[in-house]
Amino acid sequence: MPTDRKTLLAGFMPWLSPRPSAKPMPKTDVAVAERPKGESEPMNEHIVKSYEEELALLDRKIAQMGGLAEHILGQSFDALERRDPQLAEQVVKADKQIDQLERDIEEQVISMIARRQPLADDLRHVMAALRITGDLERIGDLAKNIAKRALTIAHESHPKPLMTGMRHMGELALSQLKEVLDAYSARNADRALAVWRSDEAIDSMYNSLFRELLTYMMEDPRNIGLSTHLLFGAKNIERVGDHTTNIAETIHFLVTGANIADDRPKSDETSSTLFSKG
Amino acid sequence: MEMIVSPVSAPRTATAASADKVVGSSVNVYYGEKHAIKDVSVEIPDRGVMAFIGPSGCGKSTFLRCINRMNDTIPICRVTGKITIDGQDIYDPLLDVVQLRARVGMVFQKPNPFPKSIYDNVAYGPRIHGLASSKSEMDEIVEASLKKAALWNEVKDRLHDSGTGLSGGQQQRLCIARAIAVGPEVILMDEPCSALDPIATAKVEELIDELKKNFCIIIVTHSMQQAARVSQRTAFFHLGVLVEEGATNDIFTNPKDQRTQDYITGRFG
Repeated sequence: MPTDRKTLLAGFMPWLSPRPSAKPMPKTDVAVAERPKGESEPMNEHIVKSYEEELALLDRKIAQMGGLAEHILGQSFDALERRDPQLAEQVVKADKQIDQLERDIEEQVISMIARRQPLADDLRHVMAALRITGDLERIGDLAKNIAKRALTIAHESHPKPLMTGMRHMGELALSQLKEVLDAYSARNADRALAVWRSDEAIDSMYNSLFRELLTYMMEDPRNIGLSTHLLFGAKNIERVGDHTTNIAETIHFLVTGANIADDRPKSDETSSTLFSKG
Repeated sequence: MEMIVSPVSAPRTATAASADKVVGSSVNVYYGEKHAIKDVSVEIPDRGVMAFIGPSGCGKSTFLRCINRMNDTIPICRVTGKITIDGQDIYDPLLDVVQLRARVGMVFQKPNPFPKSIYDNVAYGPRIHGLASSKSEMDEIVEASLKKAALWNEVKDRLHDSGTGLSGGQQQRLCIARAIAVGPEVILMDEPCSALDPIATAKVEELIDELKKNFCIIIVTHSMQQAARVSQRTAFFHLGVLVEEGATNDIFTNPKDQRTQDYITGRFG
């Protein structure tokens, strides 16, 4: 059931909505307008209404969790950049909410499998929810980790070029996450596939940041402490990208029933990068 | 599904284990004016379970009954098209229908043992078909059939008690034993578990799993979960049309037709 995520979120996540009282989208929009490419057919409703409601609730929880993950990930970047320990602490706290939502969704999925024995697209729906919730939970953890590092290095000086690189990478990861969550709400396999393909950009940013940090460390050993934290921070952002592509894969499976066939373009080369003296 | 690798010729190997046992081509069934089955073509492999699913009145039972010509007993019923078993046309006018029904056994929704002893229920078919030449041979057939139907251990000490005194699940397995006693090749099951409790259902399903090694089983069921559990292939009927047929796994995880999807997920309007 393709829905506008903003509509879903407006109720309980006002900060994500531009207007404080976002009106729900008129329902006809999706059905009447030409459906965007890659979007699944709108489904008929289940005969058993409570089943329909449970599936909708599952989507709302995923949207809520996704919105939250997006939100704290953005906050963790801000905390790092602005050296804002308070904001960092907020992130650490908010991650608990994400963990709670994950448990909640897991419980609901297990109970739906036990009671309703979902089949076909419903089966893919609950399995996708379970997988996506796992990825979102990990993204929450990564945001928390970035925030913790922000706390640690809050009092160090932050060299501007490095921070700019971090910010670009973070923004890209955040926009991919946003896009993949929208693709989920819209049940759009093509959009998910586009996200999946563009993870390469994050990987190559990570590569160049990795090299920069190594250089920076070699220039002056006093930079090693800060650089190592930034390096882990960059790695965390790169991992966010990986979880985002996982979600994209799940969406593709959810909509089409098939896994994405080709191998994802991988360009994280840092595992084979070494700077040696001389 | 087992593969038998023949050293002689590769193309033959497919027919050894998984050849199509029952083949329907362009089958149409009319009940008077009503067009109940519309141009159904389906291939049903041997040694496996094919499930027919679909809403009530979709024609799945009608099609099932064509396979042993049960519909012959309905005067206004007319069948066109072709159904073959091992390549032999079962609507050939020269074919002996009694013989056909010995080859194609049937189990019904409600267990319907004869009001006779357990022994006689099973021995009835072999007796009228003259399959046993002596009492000891008949004993063997009865014992083997009851064992195949996973009922022997429960009834061996009371073979001469009435079949109707058994529990529902036991009665249904008795009916299955009765069906397999005449050595059929195809077993048709029309909702065999819908009158049984979950334990008896599980026993019948376990039996179906066992029987599929030797028989071609076709089961009509209203329980989607049962179709998913017991069958390797599933055919979905709707309004007399065979909408979709395929590997059970595909049908239940990723059906191709919207109608199949709507039906199995409980969305039919």
